[in-house]
Amino acid sequence: MHETRVEVNGEELLLEAAGALWWPGEATLVFADLHFEKGSFYARSGQMLPPYDTRATIARIETLVARRKPSRVIALGDSFHDPYAAERLDEEERARLAKLREGLEWIWIAGNHDPVPPHWLEGRVADEIAIGGLLFRHEPSDMNARGEIAGHLHPCATVTRRGRSLRRRCFVSDGKRLLMPAFGAYAGGLDVRDRAVSGLFKDKFLTYLLGAARVYAVAG
Amino acid sequence: MSAAAQIATTALPEPFAGWFAARGWRPRAHQLALIARAEEGRSALLVAPTGGGKTLAGFLPSLIDLAGKPPRRRAQLHTLYISPLKALAVDVARNLETPVSEMGLAVRIETRTGDTPPSRRLRQRHSPPDILLTTPEQFALLLSGRDTRRLFETVQAVVLDELHALANSKRGDLLSLGLARLAKLAPGHRRIGLSATVADPAPLQRYLLPQPLEGETLADLVRGAPGAPPEISISASEAYVPWAGHLATHAMPDVMNAIRASKTALVFVNTRSQAERTFQELWKLNDENLPIALHHGSLAPEQRRKVEAAMARGTLRGVVCTSTLDLGIDWGEVDKVICVGAPKGAARLVQRIGRANHRLDEPSQALLVPSNRFEVLECEAARDAVLAGELDGDQWRKGGLDVLAQHVLGMACATPFDADALFREVKSAAPYRHLSRVDFDKVVDFVATGGYALKRYDRYAKLRPTPEGLWRIAHPRIAQAYRLNVGVIIEDPMLDVRLQSKGKPAGAGGRNLGRMEEYFLEQLTPGDSFVFAGHVLRFEGIRETAAYVTKSNDPVAQVPSYQGGKFPLSTFLANRVRQMLAKPETWKRLPCPVGEWLRIQEWRSVIPEANQLLVETFPRGSREYLVCYPFEGRLAHQTLGMLVTRRLERLRMRPLGFSTNEYALAVWGLRDMSGVDMGKLFDEDMLGDDLDAWLAESALYKRTFRNCAIIAGLIERRTTASEKTGRQVTFSSDLIYDVLRAHEPDHILLRATYEDAATGLLDIERLAAMLKRIKGHIVVRPLDRVSPLAVPALLEISKEMVAGEAHEDILHEAEESLIEEAMRLA
Repeated sequence: MHETRVEVNGEELLLEAAGALWWPGEATLVFADLHFEKGSFYARSGQMLPPYDTRATIARIETLVARRKPSRVIALGDSFHDPYAAERLDEEERARLAKLREGLEWIWIAGNHDPVPPHWLEGRVADEIAIGGLLFRHEPSDMNARGEIAGHLHPCATVTRRGRSLRRRCFVSDGKRLLMPAFGAYAGGLDVRDRAVSGLFKDKFLTYLLGAARVYAVAG
Repeated sequence: MSAAAQIATTALPEPFAGWFAARGWRPRAHQLALIARAEEGRSALLVAPTGGGKTLAGFLPSLIDLAGKPPRRRAQLHTLYISPLKALAVDVARNLETPVSEMGLAVRIETRTGDTPPSRRLRQRHSPPDILLTTPEQFALLLSGRDTRRLFETVQAVVLDELHALANSKRGDLLSLGLARLAKLAPGHRRIGLSATVADPAPLQRYLLPQPLEGETLADLVRGAPGAPPEISISASEAYVPWAGHLATHAMPDVMNAIRASKTALVFVNTRSQAERTFQELWKLNDENLPIALHHGSLAPEQRRKVEAAMARGTLRGVVCTSTLDLGIDWGEVDKVICVGAPKGAARLVQRIGRANHRLDEPSQALLVPSNRFEVLECEAARDAVLAGELDGDQWRKGGLDVLAQHVLGMACATPFDADALFREVKSAAPYRHLSRVDFDKVVDFVATGGYALKRYDRYAKLRPTPEGLWRIAHPRIAQAYRLNVGVIIEDPMLDVRLQSKGKPAGAGGRNLGRMEEYFLEQLTPGDSFVFAGHVLRFEGIRETAAYVTKSNDPVAQVPSYQGGKFPLSTFLANRVRQMLAKPETWKRLPCPVGEWLRIQEWRSVIPEANQLLVETFPRGSREYLVCYPFEGRLAHQTLGMLVTRRLERLRMRPLGFSTNEYALAVWGLRDMSGVDMGKLFDEDMLGDDLDAWLAESALYKRTFRNCAIIAGLIERRTTASEKTGRQVTFSSDLIYDVLRAHEPDHILLRATYEDAATGLLDIERLAAMLKRIKGHIVVRPLDRVSPLAVPALLEISKEMVAGEAHEDILHEAEESLIEEAMRLA
């Protein structure tokens, strides 16, 4: 198994090709921007997207949890696409989420799409949480970023070679902080060249593009 | 006195007879034949070459009918004219005004296009003109309105212009559905189709009439007199004919001389990038500063209008253009047509040649300029076909389910519909005559709630049943959204290209030069130069929906490689090329270098028979090659390449890549492939699991899905709130495709995508026909080195390997370049 290890603020982390972060030292698995029920959000305005995005996202979480067997999972905010998204989950999806959380410490970080998580949701809810040398929050901050693991921006990068180009979701890091790709099946993307992303890094940074079976490090 | 002239004196009423006589004209036989058909209330297809007074023929019956009627109490729409081009509708309206005003007829003629101001559109609904000229999209919009019956119930005649260019396309599907509705609103109206010469008119005759549930019915066929046969010459250098490439740079002096010798020459090329390059090359040779202009679909409309106006005035000596000038407006002054590159099809060539000299009795003058050796063969085959009067037959596609979905929503916007009645109506449209009730119901379900097995969207349904059992739209907002998204033309995401003066910050103002594909502009970095709109431009950056550029004089500017505008070689022409190749006695008329090339091929390897597939294997450098020659066009070859490399991988041949041209496919790898069972490798069963596995990840297929999803209304191009950028649509449609394919592979939209891709970007149907044809007819030649015939295919390798398909290997390379940079000591 090809693994991509990075160091952020002295902590050794593993970047999963599926777009999650695995922190072996703390047995912690991190997902950013799950955007559950983004598909059904658009139905109201007349765009009937396939209503399978939540279960597609859950299935990918299940796979990773089964493989890594974490003791803690952090969902890094915008886990639900909108304040009513959780109510639109069906029985099956709720049951699968509940089963996932069994025996785990589950931390829901509040995002801008889901500032107040639904009341029935089990697990701890927090605006941000510090563990070891890392600070987990939804939106990356302008200052005080050492050790920050954030989501929110859905970074993507495009690689062009010989007239062919490929666009993929990616992690972005300069060794001090780390920006995570969105994990949700329908989550869109923002190019890392956009100032909202590149402006976060004073010095050189690397992008880590998600491939089918591994992560590729490419200059930012 | 000829038969036609005899009828003329008896059949044309005043003031028409007088008007013709005053101009020294006699009505043509086909014009009178159409008048006679109209009097019997019959529909007819007129097939005639350009220059035969075809358009007037379409309108004469209507004008005669209108002239003989007493003034009406209220304004009534009498004749509806539909053209594939907005500009053509406007031009025809202008041309029609001449006879109408000279004969003093009280006939109101108006156009309705995307440019028509809202106030006039509103007025047209309440007070329609006698003759309305419009496009399929505007027709669909009108039909989705609330007062359609009042507007259309008086229609007596429909004229469909350039029907050959419209019928067999998604726009043709949309139009056929609209006509099916019109037949309900105005029963008994008659139709006239106007078409260029086609190999088989029957599908167009069928298209014109509402089809019965069983069997078929055809409109009458009227043929115009054929024009004088064209004079076609082929530019051929005895000294040098390139092995590959499409630029024909070597032949530009010939082209320039041909322009010098003409009043106005149209220089047709096949892609916009070729147009840009040809334009640059011609101006390098244009010592006399002859007025030579550029015309293609990505230029800013003002710029195109300017060129068209200059052509109409006759002040241009040459216009380099793409298929944008294949159709439409007649330019009287054009006396020569020059086709640079492959003709691709005989019908296309005839159409283009017809743009020169719109007088029937004089032969059109054409010069074909092949840009490489295979194209020499293609040009010869095309000339033979045209002179023999043989044309490519079209493969007729089934009506698109995505287009049907759009239409169903439009019909619900007009008035609540009964599913049984609408189904019968839709089936009367020729492209949908084979539609099953099951599929129709699936489409209605898709429009209502997305049509998913998982019923999650019932409470958001767009269509709801009324107490009477009709389907109505759930909210007026839905009609609004429909009107913003009507139409089936989907462009690649595009950005405006704005020209700034040097020194200004990117993003501030600048003249609009036109629009270019976002994917091309995105891979440029500031400082790169490229050719567009006839200028060499320096890329400055992208801001929001525009790319900003300044003028540059960089001699090594890249010409953007557009994906659009590439037609594959027609099946018919490919057959003729294969037959010519197989008959060495025909090689005599080829230029020396081409004849020699084929003779050495014959000696070193073999020239395949017309029904055979030649497969050669040979080593070269550190690689092993497999080259085959299906002659089925680039699209089918790309699909074949994808599938064959998959199979070779399974056979542990370790293929590394492949390249294609219109004639051949070349695969290279690390192992000698001469031992492979070619019968098995090229077996039809590749269209099973291998195809399926590839479709899951193919970028071309995802693009087809995106187009279908937009047409069907799953994804809105424009929302009432804001315009999405194309990029957002592209990205999310790929994600939607992945999820839908994983969870509901039988969904109706995936079916629509497959049917579209099979005849479109992936050309699966053609590949299937080829695999069937070559079964048991594969000739294998293991060689010790590259054969002459293989060279053109190998020369393509340095270029784009597979258009539109990028793989993770480029991520590997990007990572390696990072490592290399990091490890460098100096």
